[in-house]
Amino acid sequence: MTLSTDDVKQIASLAYIKIDEDETKAVLAELSDIFKLIETMQAVDTSGVAPMSHAQDVVQRLREDRVSESDQHELYQSIAPQVEEGLYLVPKVIE
Amino acid sequence: MQWEIVIGLEIHAQLSTQSKIFSGASIAYGAMPNTQACIVDLALPGVLPVLNQGAVERAVKFGLAIGAKINSPSIFARKNYFYPDLPKGYQISQYEFPIVEGGNIRIQTGETEKDIRLTRAHLEEDAGKSLHEDFHGMSGIDLNRAGTPLLEIVSEPDMRSSAEAVAYAKILHALVRWIGICDGNMQEGSFRCDANVSVRPHGSEAFGKRCEIKNLNSFRFLEKAIEFEAERQIEILEDGGSVRQETRLYDANKGETRTMRSKEDANDYRYFPDPDLLPVEIKPDWIARLQETLPELPQARRERYVSDFGLSAYDASVLTGSRELSEYFEATVKQLPAQAKLCANWIMGEISARLNKTDMDIAACPVAPEALAALLSRIDDGTISGKAAKTVFDGLWQGEMDQQVDAIIDAKGLKQISDDSAIEQQVDAALAANAQLVADFRGGKEKAFNALVGKVMKATQGKANPAQVNAALRKKLSGQ
Repeated sequence: MTLSTDDVKQIASLAYIKIDEDETKAVLAELSDIFKLIETMQAVDTSGVAPMSHAQDVVQRLREDRVSESDQHELYQSIAPQVEEGLYLVPKVIE
Repeated sequence: MQWEIVIGLEIHAQLSTQSKIFSGASIAYGAMPNTQACIVDLALPGVLPVLNQGAVERAVKFGLAIGAKINSPSIFARKNYFYPDLPKGYQISQYEFPIVEGGNIRIQTGETEKDIRLTRAHLEEDAGKSLHEDFHGMSGIDLNRAGTPLLEIVSEPDMRSSAEAVAYAKILHALVRWIGICDGNMQEGSFRCDANVSVRPHGSEAFGKRCEIKNLNSFRFLEKAIEFEAERQIEILEDGGSVRQETRLYDANKGETRTMRSKEDANDYRYFPDPDLLPVEIKPDWIARLQETLPELPQARRERYVSDFGLSAYDASVLTGSRELSEYFEATVKQLPAQAKLCANWIMGEISARLNKTDMDIAACPVAPEALAALLSRIDDGTISGKAAKTVFDGLWQGEMDQQVDAIIDAKGLKQISDDSAIEQQVDAALAANAQLVADFRGGKEKAFNALVGKVMKATQGKANPAQVNAALRKKLSGQ
């Protein structure tokens, strides 16, 4: 699979990353190398091997359904850039 | 051209756990902003999610209730997108191997029954809430809701009308409450619907382009939104245009849907297995234990009401509309097994009307099932008339005489006169006093007969058994 500069721009926009033309070219080259690596890996015959979702062969431990956290919002909000009426303030985003 | 509407629903049911799906913070509704958002919910560096067993159990119970496959292992995945009320930059959801796969739900519209297939139901975390009122041009973020456990229930595109979609949503709503996995509170957002709607020429196999309508928080809006959207798509197609695949928002005030985002702007969510969470193993003995905790399900109960009690399919479905209502019926009919239809009529009639009028839930009904059964047994054995029973019911509702049915009947003097000789006496008296009516009847005026019945009823203050009065009058008039 070959990538185009448009693909790179689309990926950047989805990742909310601002990049200029020069960077786009550089990133295109780097991403293309990664795709080559993937192609190499895909050449390995994996038929008959069950896909795994995690590197460790163990299962998830579960937590009892119990409230164990107390209200510490003042502590957490002491490091927040901006807070008002208990809310974290962020730059306005409306989709 | 005849068009067919095709609908699939995605329903988010908030699971009724105490704590969040991946943290020990409370999910209680209505708390002050961010007082229930712990470091895991805030996504501070280094925190790790730990899965809530209660959320898994509720999802498994749902799967069992709809006859679905429970996947083990089941896998959690990251769904990546950027929004300030999602502090990790991804939502933990499920993609491959959702906890529940397949299953189906039987719906009823009018006299027709239909099975709706489910695609899957998966566990995921809810996002926080953004408040866009003016905070000096900024948005306020409340993360109390972030991490609340949700079960997203996805149907196949098996519904063909807004009525079917509403029937399905209602059955599902009743079911999640019935098995105790979700409180179903739609105002508080515990049960939210998204609808996928498309249209196609009648008889066509291929699906049309679909639009997804977001966040329909009442059954009425669901119905209106589907109807509006189908009409909109049909108009476009009939004008020779083509429908654009997109996400639309329903505007309840205007009663219309409008574009939220088109497919081109759609996020590529880049799902991948979450390395912070291991595969979840759900062993058969755990599933078996959960199976045992399930109550008799609404569908089984509906069938039993029809086969054992001879109720109509409609009555059976109304009475199983909620577990509370069904339990009320069960408790009443237990006292009066031969009179299930009478019990059903009173619960669906008098009781429901009173509850509606006073905006009360069946659980808060002041008349206990035992008291209702006692009242109905007095109609059944002829002690009181159906009309008098309503007066007694009033008394029960008001809590008179310690809700003792017989005491209320006595106190109000409502006992029906069913003694043959007493009735005959009254009939004789009426005949003697109303010679003109008797003559009219003999002259062929049937109306005069009813007038005579009326005279007897009046003389007994309505307490004479009307059927017996009728019979006695006929006998006397034909015998003389």
